[in-house]
Amino acid sequence: MNIAALIPLFPLIGFAIIGLFGKKLKNEKLIGIIGSGAILASFAVAGTLFVQMLGMPAEDRLSIVKVYTWIATGSFTVDIAYQIDQLSLLFTLIITGIGFLIHVYSIGYMHGDKSFPRFFAYLNLFVFMMLNLVLASNFLLTFLGWEGVGLASYLLIGFWYDKKFDGSHITWTGDAAKKAFIVNRIGDFGVLIAMFMLFNLFGTLDYTTINDSATVVLSPNGTAVILITLALFLGCTGKSAQIPLSVWLPDAMAGPTPVSALIHAATMVTSGIFLVSRTNVLFALAPTTMAIVAGIGISTALIAGTIGIVQNDIKKVLAYSTVSQLGFMFAALGVGAFTAAVFHVMTHAFFKALLFLGSGSVIHGMHHEQDIQKMGGLKKHMPITYRTFFIGTLAISGIPFFSGFFSKDEILWYSFLNGGMLIWGIGALAAFCTAFYMWRVTSLTFHGEERFDVAHVHPHESPKTMTVPLIILAVLSVVGGLVGIPHVLGHYLHIPNLLESWLEPVFAGGSALIRQHTGDHTSTELTLMTVSTVIAIAGIMLARSIYSGGPEKSDALKQKFSTLHKILWNKYYIDEIYHMAFVGPILAASRDFLWKIVDVVVIDGIVNGSATVVGATASVLRKAQSGVAQNYALVMLIGIMALLSLVLYSTH
Amino acid sequence: MNIDFFGSLPLVAIWLALGAIGIVIQAFVRNNTKLVFGYYVGTLALTAFLAILSSGAKGSSFGGMIVLGGYAAYFDVLFCGAGILAMLAARPYLDRLNAELDEFYTLMVSAVAGMMLMAHASNLVVLFVGVELMSISFYVMAGFLRTDIKSVESALKYFLLGAFATGFLVYGMAMLYGGTGSLDYVEIGKAVSNGTATYPMFLAIGTVLMAAGLSFKVAAFPFHQWAPDVYDGAPTVVTAFMSTAGKAAAFSAFNPVFAAIMPDGVGGITDTMRLALAVMAAVTMLVGNITAIAQTSVKRMLAFSSVAHAGYLMMGIVAGTAYGHSAIVFYLTAYMFMQMGSFVIVGYLEREQGDGSDIENYSGLSKQHPMLAAMMAMFMFSLAGIPPFAGFFGKYMLFYAAIQSGYTWLTIVAVASSVISVYFYLGLIVKMYFTDAPGKKTTFATGTAGFTIAICSVAILLLGIFPWLLTNIISTW
Amino acid sequence: MPTSIPLDYYLILSAVLFVTGVVGVITRRNAIVIFMSIELMLNAVNLSMVAFSAYSGDIAGQMFVFFIMAVAAAEAAVGLAIVLSLFRNKQTVYVDEVNLMKW
Repeated sequence: MNIAALIPLFPLIGFAIIGLFGKKLKNEKLIGIIGSGAILASFAVAGTLFVQMLGMPAEDRLSIVKVYTWIATGSFTVDIAYQIDQLSLLFTLIITGIGFLIHVYSIGYMHGDKSFPRFFAYLNLFVFMMLNLVLASNFLLTFLGWEGVGLASYLLIGFWYDKKFDGSHITWTGDAAKKAFIVNRIGDFGVLIAMFMLFNLFGTLDYTTINDSATVVLSPNGTAVILITLALFLGCTGKSAQIPLSVWLPDAMAGPTPVSALIHAATMVTSGIFLVSRTNVLFALAPTTMAIVAGIGISTALIAGTIGIVQNDIKKVLAYSTVSQLGFMFAALGVGAFTAAVFHVMTHAFFKALLFLGSGSVIHGMHHEQDIQKMGGLKKHMPITYRTFFIGTLAISGIPFFSGFFSKDEILWYSFLNGGMLIWGIGALAAFCTAFYMWRVTSLTFHGEERFDVAHVHPHESPKTMTVPLIILAVLSVVGGLVGIPHVLGHYLHIPNLLESWLEPVFAGGSALIRQHTGDHTSTELTLMTVSTVIAIAGIMLARSIYSGGPEKSDALKQKFSTLHKILWNKYYIDEIYHMAFVGPILAASRDFLWKIVDVVVIDGIVNGSATVVGATASVLRKAQSGVAQNYALVMLIGIMALLSLVLYSTH
Repeated sequence: MNIDFFGSLPLVAIWLALGAIGIVIQAFVRNNTKLVFGYYVGTLALTAFLAILSSGAKGSSFGGMIVLGGYAAYFDVLFCGAGILAMLAARPYLDRLNAELDEFYTLMVSAVAGMMLMAHASNLVVLFVGVELMSISFYVMAGFLRTDIKSVESALKYFLLGAFATGFLVYGMAMLYGGTGSLDYVEIGKAVSNGTATYPMFLAIGTVLMAAGLSFKVAAFPFHQWAPDVYDGAPTVVTAFMSTAGKAAAFSAFNPVFAAIMPDGVGGITDTMRLALAVMAAVTMLVGNITAIAQTSVKRMLAFSSVAHAGYLMMGIVAGTAYGHSAIVFYLTAYMFMQMGSFVIVGYLEREQGDGSDIENYSGLSKQHPMLAAMMAMFMFSLAGIPPFAGFFGKYMLFYAAIQSGYTWLTIVAVASSVISVYFYLGLIVKMYFTDAPGKKTTFATGTAGFTIAICSVAILLLGIFPWLLTNIISTW
Repeated sequence: MPTSIPLDYYLILSAVLFVTGVVGVITRRNAIVIFMSIELMLNAVNLSMVAFSAYSGDIAGQMFVFFIMAVAAAEAAVGLAIVLSLFRNKQTVYVDEVNLMKW
């Protein structure tokens, strides 16, 4: 299995070639081919490994490919080694597969950009780092990738640095990049601390050793394991944009749209889920942490979901939606449904990449307009984009038999089973929001009348390099869920849950530690499945009734509300009740409270506030540097006196 | 009196070259800077070569006053390397200022000779001579631009405060001598660990004063305030040299001295001192990093950041373990390359643009000088401790050493302050990459400084990707 | 002979001299006077060194004193040169007026 080392090598070569000679090549097509070719090559290698692995018995599927010894000082030895197993291979396939499609798409999207080679160099660098993150056999190599993807993300968010960007407390793209990087560093701090603690306890940073001996070294729900997992989870909240470190992701939308699709939706932001899955044994040993993970995950899902309802920037809606979906995944991890989380990572990668690329296609076609209030009626101008985006909307909303349905339903089911009614209820509400805002976006963007200046703006369908990836992703969004059909359905259709049996060995250690509910729940599960389907459809229907005529509709209805015709328009009368009783408060609450208070004031405030405090301290501290040599001598003298008295005091 | 001639070769070579031959050459060949430059680069290269040859010859020489091989030989190579890199950068820099006098190179080599003595010292006399040789050379070099008021001011501050600190350092040495009856590290170490000191109180005072004196040399709180002003005012190439090699030399002396006077497991004042040093380290990195945020001059910002790095390095001293010491060696090496590289770039742009090193001058650098900007970005990422650059590993090892010795709180402070530092390192990168230059387009040649920058950046990449290149060497000591 | 005067006397005198020097460095404005105070500190150290050496019968301390004196001479040469070039540039030798670099 030594070819595994080639997987990260190809993007590295691509990065080196484009980075060094990109400017001299002067040929977009060639650069695009090198860039995407590198990723395709990695995908091919990963695919080969996948086929090989299928032919092996489950217990032989784990292998460690050592490249060289990275660092060896005394007891501290770390290898550059890749752990090829079911989990890392699945992530590799997602990263390289979707990465390839997005590279191809970028050839069209970035056409004519003055920094075309730089873009592809950064993208390849990103893929290289991401592959190191997921393939690593030890924490330190993962951390290298972890920091590396942060670096690539930083470079790509700031890619169009001269562009104005309207974010919270931010007016400029470069600031958005900086914010993302610094917020992430706060999370990395947790990972670093966790690594130190793990090494102190285990004497190694290898995943396999730690997972195997965790139950021996750590006592269940002891302080050590809780601290370690909390520190790790702090890192995950940074990378995967969970509360309280969620603030950077919406601002990260300042980057080019393919970047949003690849990094800030499909791959990098899921590295938190990867890390928890990789260390599932540790988390399973710490039920306290698990409860916190579930709580934070599900709250993030709901809060971000409701915020998504009031956003008008198409990419911002998708950004909040990503935060919300990541919240679902963490909720799944928190209730011990590791497979469900990874399953949702996969399906989410399909449909969110699709939605982002679709929105990119819209932005491209609309000449960089991102406000959905100024769109509408694009259905006929951009048929392929519309159809694929529509499929993506159905998939994310959880309409039965689209991919999102299976994965989201599995998460909700396990939330109910292991987490209880409350978590399930919040999750269901968040799922309702998802369906609602996604339909709202689709409706305002593609349906109804054109609300832009038809005389001057001529939307056009995007080129083939952009639409073909959309079509492929759309197909995946439809059928991607079939690998994880829940037993309750598969039982009747005689389809096994392929994903679950595939990932079973990876999560065996963690699952064994978590109390499993046994017994027959078929009827409950089917009921809940029906309920969540109804919720998704209700969300869509509600959005449809309000937004099908454009954003003015609800206002127009209010005018008519006072007239006698209102009874005749019974249908809309109900809408109004809905609106008053349900949508109105949610809209108001999410706009006025969750977004403006919780997100902007509290969460942003903490992040910006600490920056302000540091800045203020700096301007005070620098005054201590008076410039007069004798003052320095005095400070030195005081220091010596203090040291002397401390030491002499302690000897007596 | 045993003299291991082979092992002492590097020291003998640099002394002969400097004293016997170098001065004679300069006496007869006036104002031939090219010759003197070449001669001293050759001297340092030869010395480094001899040091590599003799690195296996462990032992002591000159009646036990000097240790040989291993650790000391490695530092010989490091100092000579730093000297060569700094000289390569200095030539075009001084040439532009019309200040290239051949004495500059003599001073540089005499500073290197002093540093080597510090690393080789096993006796307080040798340490004292080494420290002073290095410091006096630095005072002159800091004021080398004698018509530039900033340079003279920095020399004056450095000199007054340095001499003041020397007073305490040497008073501390006298106290150690009085307390234990010996100037030899080994003898002092025995007296400390066996508790056989004649006057324990003098020993305690001596320990404190030595710590203070050496903390001054490494620029640790509260003995750090000279550093930003001196580094800011001195000619940039001199800053590049003294903030890296000078700090490395001070730590190379710090390690064995403190291994002797603060050995593990003695308790008493050792524990108190460790705690005090830990607090000093924590405050040093916080003050350095936080004050750096408020700076608008890149040179001054780097000066404060070098204060902060002294704090990180002190964690290894606080840990006091063998692992801590090897972490210091690794980080010093990484730090030398990244800090010198970035200062050389600062000096290079400063002479190009002629209007100082304000951060505004860096806007759009990635457009004008893409290679230079990329390397500067690498140095900044490395200083911030972001993998895969060498700075990350050094930090990792230091942090781990502190945790191993039970100083978890210190590590948390260190990690937090390195998060703060990202802010200003990144600020520079944002300026270089994410802003446009206000329409200036210049081309100029880097001269020999290009080698320095290139070598530094290759080194931090290599050390980051293959850290075992260095850790394998360290583990043989 | 040494035994007639206790060691403590030398050390106390030395400490007083040292502190005098330190106070001089902190309080005087004139760079030359500051420098003289530093010399005083070094000489105080010399006194302690010699006293320790004489009382322990070990010659090394007295050797050290020669080095300290040599270094003090070298420092004097460099220090005066620096003060001189300061005066040339700024027409002052007052240390508190030299504060171009601060904050």
